[in-house]
Amino acid sequence: MADSKAKSGLLLDIRNLRIEATVYPPGEAPKNIVLVHDVSLTLEKGKVLGLIGESGAGKSTIGLSSMGYGRGGVRITGGEVILNGRDILKGGKEGFRQLRGREVCYVAQSAAAAFNPAHRLMDQVVEATLLHGTATRAEAEKRAVALFKKLSLPNPETIGERFPHQVSGGQLQRVMTAMALCSEPDLIVFDEPTTALDVTTQIDVLAAIKDAIRDTHVAALYITHDLAVVAQVSDEIMVLRHGRLVEWGGTRQIIKEPRQEYTNALVSVHEIEHHEQKPGTTPFLSVKNVTAAYGRSHIKVLKNVSVDIYPGQTLAVVGESGSGKSTLARAITGLLPPEEGTVTFDGRPLANKLADRPKEDLRQLQMIYQMADVAMNPRQTVGTIIGRPLEFYFGMRGRERDKRVAELLDKIEMGKGFSDRYPAELSGGQKQRVCIARSLAAKPKLIICDEVTSALDPLVANGILKLLLELQKEESVAYLFITHDLATVKSIADSIAVMYRGEVVRYGPKSKVLTPPFDAYTDLLLSSVPEMEIGWLEKAIKGRRMASAGN
Amino acid sequence: MSSPIVKLVAQRVALGIVLLLAISVLIFAGTQILPGDVAQAILGQSATPESLANLREQLGLNEPAYVRYFHWLGGVVTGDLGTAMSSGQDIATSIEGRLWNTLFLAFWAAVVAVPLAIILGLIAVRYRNGWVDKLISGLALASTSFPEFFIGYVLVYFFAVKWQIFPGISTVYEGMPFGERMQAIALPATALTLVVLAHMMRMTRAAILNVMQSAYVETAELKGLSAFNVIRRHAFPNAIAPIINVVMLNLAYLIVGVVVVEVIFVYPGMGQYLVDHVTKRDVPVVQAVGLIFAAVYISLNIIADIAAIVANPRLRHPK
Repeated sequence: MADSKAKSGLLLDIRNLRIEATVYPPGEAPKNIVLVHDVSLTLEKGKVLGLIGESGAGKSTIGLSSMGYGRGGVRITGGEVILNGRDILKGGKEGFRQLRGREVCYVAQSAAAAFNPAHRLMDQVVEATLLHGTATRAEAEKRAVALFKKLSLPNPETIGERFPHQVSGGQLQRVMTAMALCSEPDLIVFDEPTTALDVTTQIDVLAAIKDAIRDTHVAALYITHDLAVVAQVSDEIMVLRHGRLVEWGGTRQIIKEPRQEYTNALVSVHEIEHHEQKPGTTPFLSVKNVTAAYGRSHIKVLKNVSVDIYPGQTLAVVGESGSGKSTLARAITGLLPPEEGTVTFDGRPLANKLADRPKEDLRQLQMIYQMADVAMNPRQTVGTIIGRPLEFYFGMRGRERDKRVAELLDKIEMGKGFSDRYPAELSGGQKQRVCIARSLAAKPKLIICDEVTSALDPLVANGILKLLLELQKEESVAYLFITHDLATVKSIADSIAVMYRGEVVRYGPKSKVLTPPFDAYTDLLLSSVPEMEIGWLEKAIKGRRMASAGN
Repeated sequence: MSSPIVKLVAQRVALGIVLLLAISVLIFAGTQILPGDVAQAILGQSATPESLANLREQLGLNEPAYVRYFHWLGGVVTGDLGTAMSSGQDIATSIEGRLWNTLFLAFWAAVVAVPLAIILGLIAVRYRNGWVDKLISGLALASTSFPEFFIGYVLVYFFAVKWQIFPGISTVYEGMPFGERMQAIALPATALTLVVLAHMMRMTRAAILNVMQSAYVETAELKGLSAFNVIRRHAFPNAIAPIINVVMLNLAYLIVGVVVVEVIFVYPGMGQYLVDHVTKRDVPVVQAVGLIFAAVYISLNIIADIAAIVANPRLRHPK
């Protein structure tokens, strides 16, 4: 390894990395698949390399290989991982343990899950430092408090005494960054550190991470599927797809002059042409002054909410987690009977409780969920799943039903052959399409879409949105589209309701809602959406009028 | 301490008391449904109708059932468990020593079994799916699968008859020196340990394996902790609630389910006392022992519930 050491400044040098895993497809013999095909990369000290791609691109797998770690039986079968001048793959188990938490640290996607609920934060933050004996407990704690301060956590002196459940998600993510920095590593692997956060919280965490990287001179692999985010923190960006390198270049080059078609598709995603429809004269569904709470709680999750939905149009409901978006859907469907207010449908009030509604009312309101895979019975075929509402609402049987199922499959751009498949055999996007077909089968007037694209890769999500718009034209179905993603809203909404802490703070046609002057919250929300622009982060932080709710 | 814990604990205790009352009704009703009554049992087959009627009058058996129930319950609450018919002795006095013997045996069986089961469970997780894991699981399952009387007799055959290390009959008496007493209960305690070991071990293994899927276990691995420290520091504290539940169920079994083992080793405990009096159809004794067993079961389960509540950091440290 003498030659690599000679190049001063080189921290990580991955050469022809090959990573494999054994998969066990149902009903077939186990087989070997290659997850990463001979990928090479180099990272200099103090630099940040962004790894970007869809799920399955091998980003996390490559990131974790720098710690010699394979998640769930994944094996590094070829290549070299040269860290600080030595091939760590030759070090064996003991060698991996020596470098993990000392030379390389990891920041996980969901800090809420990555912290042990049974231990106080401080004990977890200093654990790696004490384990490797690089500092005494007192020194490590002092260092941790300084890091808490640097990451602008509230009460830095005492936050370490708390348990993970006593701290918000955005704060936990910053504590996790402090945990990674505490043992003063040479390299940190950030694995989608802001993906699970609300957009208004993401911007704070992103800024904190960026400052910390700059001030500590630590090098980083920054893994994400969001190009706009990675553009804010990286010096270089590597685009990956199906475990292969697509393009590797400076941040400016990748986002401004992508050389590969796939990179270009990632950069220009979300551009859907949709002309806003003017609201009609009479809404078919009106939510009037609805107030709702869970259990007998005094905390109202919905406060005096009123919105209208017009035939064949899309109302987008946006807001952060906990703003009451999904609760509004539950109140409309009757899953959570409102305490006050009414829901009118076609000029007559709907029964508050689901159990009191006639079958016909149930048919008219259908739902699609965020997690398509858990919204389907894994032991039923696609044909059975889509056929169920046909039997239930229309009494269709046999050939008639099969014919209709085939038509619906055609509508969602999936062939008849999928009818006999099971959900486990479908990709994420295909599963969501099946859920769409199932809701369409009931011929509803309204489909409530609850974060239906949030769990999907950008390009797949884009396909789903286009499909939804097309189906709206053909079937003239209305959507209540719940999302936290403003780009999605811009693409498909006719009118928008912005929710904040259970209240609708801004409501109207899309063009009006998205035109200044804004109220403080809408301004915060809009200005927090990352833009594919170098320097956007600093500009956005400077221009903010209010602090985000997550902090 | 914070209020949610106090409230939850109070709820559990109140529920336990209600449950115990319900069981006392069941026990009382059960013994009433049996054919024949105490008078018949005392006087036997050859009793004349007149003497039966006299005795019933004397024992208060002609009173309505609910009056007798409350009379009995009132006695139980004040520590008066009634009089054994077969011997005419006060039940509370004869039970006292035996209950203590049973608890003594159960305690030492638990002292061995619980830590052993948990340590074996931890080791099984550390070497999961390897031969160590399979060996531990196999042996533990085998020991549980054999009926306890079989294990008991095998132990007696080897340790008492062939090698003569421990006595085959576990006689204990008041004022017996501690060392001798321990030697006397060695075999029954071993038999009990072997019976309850596997259940606790398997649950420890399953509960920890479940937690091993968590993201925080990965975090710990990525800090460079050794496999055993990951399990001990990060997995075990979060698996403790289900483990405590199974441990408590098995402790209850050690006290309540020792009947067969006590009979095999002729150990003067509650189990043997119960069996003796069932054969004599001594209803008051059966009632009293049944109620004590129920109380033991319920209190241990309450302790398990409370321990699980206290082990949960979300309840211990509310927001």
